[in-house]
Amino acid sequence: MIYREAGDFKTSYRDDSQTFPIRLDRWGYYAILAVAFGIIPFVINDYWANAVLVPFLIYAIAALGLNILTGYAGQVSLGTGGFMAVGAYAVYKLMTAFPDISILIHILLAGGVTAVVGVLFGLPSLRIKGFYLAVATLAAQFFLIWLFNKVPWFYNYSASGQITAPERTVLGHAVTGPATSAPAKYLVCLVMAFLLAWLARNLTRGMLGRKWMAIRDMDIAAEIIGVDPLRAKLSAFAVSSFFIGIAGALLFAVYLGAAEAGEAFGINKSFLVLFMIIIGGLGSIFGSFAGAAFMVLMPVLLKNLLVGTLGWPTDLAAHIELMIVGGLIVAFLIVEPHGLARLWRLTKEKLRLWPFPH
Amino acid sequence: MDQLIFGAEVFLNGLMTGVMYSLVALGFVLIFKASGVFNYAQGVLALFAALTLVGIQQGQVPFAHLINAAFGTSLHHFGWTVPSILAIALTVLVMVVLAFLIEKLVLQHLVGQEPIILFMATIGLAYFLEGLGDVMWGADIKTLDVGLPQGISDGIESITAGWFGYGFFIDRLDIWATVIAALLVAALVAFSQYTKQGRAMRAVADDHQAALSVGISLRFIWVMVWSIAGFVALVAGIMWGTKSGVQFSLSLIALKALPVLMLGGFTSIPGAIVGGLIIGVGEKMFEFIVGPMVGGATETWFAYVLALIFLVFRPQGLFGERIIERV
Repeated sequence: MIYREAGDFKTSYRDDSQTFPIRLDRWGYYAILAVAFGIIPFVINDYWANAVLVPFLIYAIAALGLNILTGYAGQVSLGTGGFMAVGAYAVYKLMTAFPDISILIHILLAGGVTAVVGVLFGLPSLRIKGFYLAVATLAAQFFLIWLFNKVPWFYNYSASGQITAPERTVLGHAVTGPATSAPAKYLVCLVMAFLLAWLARNLTRGMLGRKWMAIRDMDIAAEIIGVDPLRAKLSAFAVSSFFIGIAGALLFAVYLGAAEAGEAFGINKSFLVLFMIIIGGLGSIFGSFAGAAFMVLMPVLLKNLLVGTLGWPTDLAAHIELMIVGGLIVAFLIVEPHGLARLWRLTKEKLRLWPFPH
Repeated sequence: MDQLIFGAEVFLNGLMTGVMYSLVALGFVLIFKASGVFNYAQGVLALFAALTLVGIQQGQVPFAHLINAAFGTSLHHFGWTVPSILAIALTVLVMVVLAFLIEKLVLQHLVGQEPIILFMATIGLAYFLEGLGDVMWGADIKTLDVGLPQGISDGIESITAGWFGYGFFIDRLDIWATVIAALLVAALVAFSQYTKQGRAMRAVADDHQAALSVGISLRFIWVMVWSIAGFVALVAGIMWGTKSGVQFSLSLIALKALPVLMLGGFTSIPGAIVGGLIIGVGEKMFEFIVGPMVGGATETWFAYVLALIFLVFRPQGLFGERIIERV
């Protein structure tokens, strides 16, 4: 009844090409932003920040990054964990080397460092495709983790081989280190996620995004109509790694506080983020958030249900979680290969016709 | 001179490790050729097969953990042990049922999807099977013993001691693994060349539609291929399980089999063998020669980097079919 374009007159080209053309969508978007920025920071507590919201925002950034590479540019990567580790170690080195510069700049720089590494490992994508490339990105995953474990310079020769985030502040509030409050953690991640999502959305609907999609749909045909595959693929790797590097930096500095490469950024992390974008929806910004929310919330809910309510042992719950995740992946690929984002889109299509479907 | 002899020993051990990789890679190639599915779950299949074998052998109650948690009982074992041969036969049966279920529940619904979607589906399958194996049989590390000889091979040690004055350390299990792998490959080649079903399998591998049109049942072939892959996984699982215990890390071998395949080419059985040997020898020799200089543990990444570099120059692998792309 109210969810439709009718009556919402666009009087300029700008209005016509806006991200949310339907008024209700726009209002919903502003409402979510208002709640996220205006209400949640005042009511958030440690449990919600650490168990749900902060990991959700961080993984959403990583999922956005991988979605740009896999969903938009069609290059499957299993090296996400390795690239997140690059972001984490880069921010650690920067934080300890230049303590006076703002942590926010360090986080962005860490993203930049990761982008360079990403381009380096993206070079083979010009020759190899599909799951050949997927396996080749495993080289990045294992090599990078090995490098961070074996070269003491990366962890500042600490005895434990771990990296630990020192305390850094933004506007007088600690955002890293043990004294960080829940709202501070949340707000840093929220601002980053908001800006990066905005960037991703606008990149993907611009010329660069169209080039990526052309490469994804058929790279040879794209090349013939004038898309330079070298620049398109490498720019996808660069942008994607930038996002993933920031996610890794936040995961280490803000969320975990201390990390060890093999444990925090192992191959499982690569699969986790890949699952997020499959369940959420390949080639969709909303899908990246939906998938991240799903994969962060499901273990929490499952644990509450199985361990909290039924009183089952935690290891059994963990195994059942594996089964459910695996089953869901297969189910999603069979029933809805485009993920939650597609379901959401279908719902919106239905809503437009409601209550008079034809 | 000492270095050289050590090197030779490392080389031989690398060959033996390579045989193990080849065994897992073989399962991949079979499925890839017949159904175009790049089966990431092959390694987990090996883990699952080994877990099932141990479980049956020791008379464990399947899902004991789950049943106990749900109903407050304390079941663990039936109280019997099953002879190895019978246990292996039963495990093969389980793998066939599993192959049937995978075809029925997963593959059938994904016919005609892009290869990369199928690949991701097998990643999901791998997670599911890993969870299922743990829920069914428990996640603790188990020892697997089906009566294969183990320990240092005295014959080789005394002969090489006579030649070089230094006895090579070669595990008897590795020698057996090599023999069994050779037999398995010979049997597979014979099967695909000389039997009716084998010819049908090759026809499906060549062209799905053409095979369908001459009356070959795709579903039957797929179930058969997945059963064979399950059997190969069982063999690999027995070998690895006997060597290093049945545990989660077994499924990580699957990841090592990927570079093996890329090196050998996805569609070639000899490629899987040669690729496995190259990776096995390569990573041991690299660790032996370069490892000490860079801090060791290079085995975790060497195979992937080698495959990556190799692929840049020859994308189809050593023995793979040439990749031709048309718009």
